[in-house]
Amino acid sequence: MLDNNQLLRFTTAGSVDDGKSTLIGRLLYDSKSIFEDQLEAIANTSKKRGHDGVDLALFTDGLRDEREQGITIDVAYRYFTTPKRKFIIADTPGHIQYTRNMVTGASTANVATILIDARHGVIEQTKRHAFIASLLQIPHVIVCVNKMDLVDFSEEVFNNIVRQFEEISSKMLVTDVRFIPMSALIGDNVVNRSENMPWYQGAPMLHTLETMHISSDINKVDARFPVQTVIRPQSESHRDYRGYAGRVASGVLRKGDEITVMPSGFTSKIKSIDTFEGEIKEAFAPMSVSITLEDDIDISRGDMIVRSNNTPEASQDIEVMLCWLNDAPARPRAKYTIKHTSNDQKAMIKEVVYKIDINTLGRISDDKNLGMNDISKVKIRTTKPLMVDSYRENRVTGSIILVDDATNETVAAGMVV
Amino acid sequence: MSKYYLSYLDELESEAIFILREVWAQFQNPVILFSGGKDSILVTHLAKKAFHPAKIPFPLMHVDTGHNFPETIQFRDDIIKELGVELIVGSVQESIDDGRVTEEKGKNATRNALQIGTLLDAIELNKVDCAIGGGRRDEEKARAKERFFSHRDDFGQWDPKNQRPELWNLFNGKHFQGEHFRAFPISNWTEMDVWNYIKRENIAIPSLYFAHEREVVRREGTWIPNSEFLVLEEDEKVETKKIRFRTLGDITITGGDESDADTLQKIADEVAGMRQTERGNRSDDKRSESAMEDRKRQGYF
Repeated sequence: MLDNNQLLRFTTAGSVDDGKSTLIGRLLYDSKSIFEDQLEAIANTSKKRGHDGVDLALFTDGLRDEREQGITIDVAYRYFTTPKRKFIIADTPGHIQYTRNMVTGASTANVATILIDARHGVIEQTKRHAFIASLLQIPHVIVCVNKMDLVDFSEEVFNNIVRQFEEISSKMLVTDVRFIPMSALIGDNVVNRSENMPWYQGAPMLHTLETMHISSDINKVDARFPVQTVIRPQSESHRDYRGYAGRVASGVLRKGDEITVMPSGFTSKIKSIDTFEGEIKEAFAPMSVSITLEDDIDISRGDMIVRSNNTPEASQDIEVMLCWLNDAPARPRAKYTIKHTSNDQKAMIKEVVYKIDINTLGRISDDKNLGMNDISKVKIRTTKPLMVDSYRENRVTGSIILVDDATNETVAAGMVV
Repeated sequence: MSKYYLSYLDELESEAIFILREVWAQFQNPVILFSGGKDSILVTHLAKKAFHPAKIPFPLMHVDTGHNFPETIQFRDDIIKELGVELIVGSVQESIDDGRVTEEKGKNATRNALQIGTLLDAIELNKVDCAIGGGRRDEEKARAKERFFSHRDDFGQWDPKNQRPELWNLFNGKHFQGEHFRAFPISNWTEMDVWNYIKRENIAIPSLYFAHEREVVRREGTWIPNSEFLVLEEDEKVETKKIRFRTLGDITITGGDESDADTLQKIADEVAGMRQTERGNRSDDKRSESAMEDRKRQGYF
């Protein structure tokens, strides 16, 4: 029965004070995803620290430093399954100095959950989280208005927060937004429906996550197949086999399709789409397959197979929204390795067009320095063309990272404008 | 109309295949760390799929503590033969004999921590630049912070606070000479996913995972198998019980559960109803709250 179910990835952004850890703990506890020995361990810790009852927030404790400081530093991944879906939570820290970790967690998410403390309403941090969800084009947003128990479960308070949020989100690119009034502490509207808020007609959080339509989150229109590696068995039974291995980035590819190999421009037809289980007629994102072609063409890692009537732009000059991820700031006109799908090239940041003030969301044009957590619009020049789509249309072929050749570290993440 | 979405198991499979191909494309000399446990068997199975119809293009590496279940070694040798791939063995016994590591003493002595030295030696000796492991993020809180492509410095150490960010499906395996990577293709799988998949694909696993009669000793709430390495306490006695193992580590530290689950279906049903985590029976993890984090920092799997 489980086998037909989908995988849904969501992020939680917020600080300890918003009750983020309590919310995750509640979600896992009420969906019976916490094991007895884990519960016992956090019950012991709760007692040691002098907390009343079992502090569910402790369940999300990770590294030693995080336990000692009581904060989340890095992205932590957590898993739970219900009879309807499998869920992956990317639990990210909410503080401004961890913007890069929020961006990381958001990059693969279907859903962003944004926590608001009902007592404080929409604050600067909320704005930042909504902006990141919009920048990373997370298809769905759930605004969790938490701690409703501390505002007497007031419908008016909730409606005010909804209005405040809609005011800021109307200027952003978030389309599917839902609001849920809840109390993670007492378990209202997380897994179980609240009896304290009869005025709320919507579903609790878990039901919302279980039933949300996510099949359309992946681009099914533009067929893009970045070649990862070439499979050549050179064995008796497969002497002339040449399979182009990769994962379909977007769209659908079918046997017999007219294709173009980029950047060379050679054309051919799909002879077969192979998997371990045998040949299949069509492959769609995000399937991993091997493709063979009718003609012998020189193809290697970094090339992209696309349908001939729908090709991406091949360009050496791209404009991206760039989030800087490294302690060491960007060096003007320095060379970086740019990674885009399976393609690596050298690149240079030619120009910083503007930086974004992450608190006011205004543009800064007199400061061109890119430091940790800075988000900016930049122009990048690459040594060879990249086959890009805009990030809005394609999260896989519209994203890049920059690697510093001096340290080999991943220093920036970018979304093609 | 066809459905254009994958079930969660198919999506996890596709993700793992993508990672394995990415490792092959980005590194010169990768190996699969093979322990004979279900997770490394699963990774090997996925590698078979990733490079089909070619053979798995890299060797399997086994860190042999010398304290193995005999069944595990037999299984390892069989799979090597079937796949026609090379086996590299790093021996903890040799490391002890060479005086490179010192054996623990006492009742709960294990060679678990000693594996770190042997593993790092084997990686260096064979010029391995990426060791593919079956680690999963749901196993343990330190593993929850692990990357798919995880950097190790030239001492083989992990620095959890200074990890490379991983975004979308862009993986950065660039490294300097002497450094290496660990890659974890099944990071996003849970224990339940692993069993559901093994059942679906009917993957062969060692008989130890199925319920069987065995001589065991009750110790710290679990059944420890009797073996030549076990030192009995005065109040302990050897009994015969029908048990199965939920994870496989050294024979000296791996506790079994009483069980009647002797088919993959029964195992999956049993795991679905479990109220304890799978590492709850591993005394190596019970030593302290950060036992896993500390070992991982030094270079553990």
